[in-house]
Amino acid sequence: MAKFSRKGSKSMPAISTASLPDVVFMLLFFFMVSTSFRQTDQKVVIKLPEASEAAKLERKDLASYIYVGTPIISEQAKFGTDARIQLNDSFKTVDDIRDFVAASRETMSENDRQLMVVSIKADENVRMGIITDIKQELRRCSALKIMYGARRGAAATESE
Amino acid sequence: MSRPIPEVNAGSTADIAFLLLIFFLVTTTMGADSGLQRRLPPMPDENQKVEDIKINRRNTFIVKISERDGILAGGQVIDISQLKDLAVEFLSNPNNLENLPEREEKFIEGFGKFAVSKGVISLQNTRGTSYNVYLKVQNELVKAVNEVRDEFAMQNFGKKYAALTEDEQRICRDAVPQNISEAEPKDIKK
Repeated sequence: MAKFSRKGSKSMPAISTASLPDVVFMLLFFFMVSTSFRQTDQKVVIKLPEASEAAKLERKDLASYIYVGTPIISEQAKFGTDARIQLNDSFKTVDDIRDFVAASRETMSENDRQLMVVSIKADENVRMGIITDIKQELRRCSALKIMYGARRGAAATESE
Repeated sequence: MSRPIPEVNAGSTADIAFLLLIFFLVTTTMGADSGLQRRLPPMPDENQKVEDIKINRRNTFIVKISERDGILAGGQVIDISQLKDLAVEFLSNPNNLENLPEREEKFIEGFGKFAVSKGVISLQNTRGTSYNVYLKVQNELVKAVNEVRDEFAMQNFGKKYAALTEDEQRICRDAVPQNISEAEPKDIKK
C-alpha cells in the first residue's frame, strides 16, 4: 500500500526561514546601491512644472541646485510667503549665488568644472522675475550650463 | 577534549537586515533628475560696447509671453497648442518661402554639405510671467526642434533621432541646431 502515512497531520511542519535573511539582504544591497542621500533640507515648497521633453541629467555629481519657491509653513513667520531662493541649507539672495557657484566649482575636479550644470528647481507658480535675476547672475559667474528642473509628465498640450 | 562550539543563533539576522532595509527605504530618493537643459549666452564685457547682432527679420521667430501668460508668436496671439506647429514650420521652411528663414550651406563632418536653417527662435518674457507657462513654452519649442530632427533623421538614416548612434545624433544636431535665444533682460523691462 502507499506509504503516505498521515502521522503528525495535526502539526504543520514549520516553513524554513533560513533563506529569509538572504532575500532581505538582496533587497538591502539594491537600496544601498541605488540610494543617494538628500544633501539638503528642503525649506521651500516646490512643485516642479511638467514638461514632456524633459531629459534626464546624466551625471548628478556635476549638478548644483538652486531651489526657488515659497518657504515651508514653519519658516513662513520669518521669511514670508514670497518666493525665495534656497541655496544649500538656507535662504539666500541673488547676490549669494556668486559665492555658491564658486564654492560648488571648488568641490569639483579640474576636468569637471566646465561641465558643471546648475539645476534651477523652481515652483511652477514662481514669477519669471526672480528666475531672470538668477539667470543674469549665473551669466555673470559664467555658469552657463543650466537646467530647468521639470517633471517628465504628460504633454503640455492636448493637440495630439 | 575540544568541546563542540555552540552554534550562533542566526535567527535575528533577518531582523537586523530588515531594520537596515527600512532605513534605506525611507532615506532613499530615487527620483532621477530631469529637466530642460539650456546654455546661457555669455555675459558681454561691461567695457565692451554691446553691438547688436543684426539678424535678418525673416530669420527670427519671436515668442513673447505677456504678464498674463498670453503667448504672442510671430506677431499673432496664439494658444500654446499651436506653438509647436508654427515653430516646426519656421524651422523647416519646407516650401522655401520668402518670409521664413533662409538656409546656409554648411559642411557637416561625416555627412557632407547641408543647407542649415539660419532661423533663431527668440523667447521673451516679462517679470510677471509664470514659470509654469514659461517652461511649457520652452517645452513646446524643444518639441518642435526634436520633431524637425526626427524628420531629418528619418530622411537620412531611416531611423528616429533617439535610435541613432552618437555620431549620427551629432550630425542631426549640427544640421538642425537648437537656436533658442532667451532675451536680454533689457528687452523685458517695461
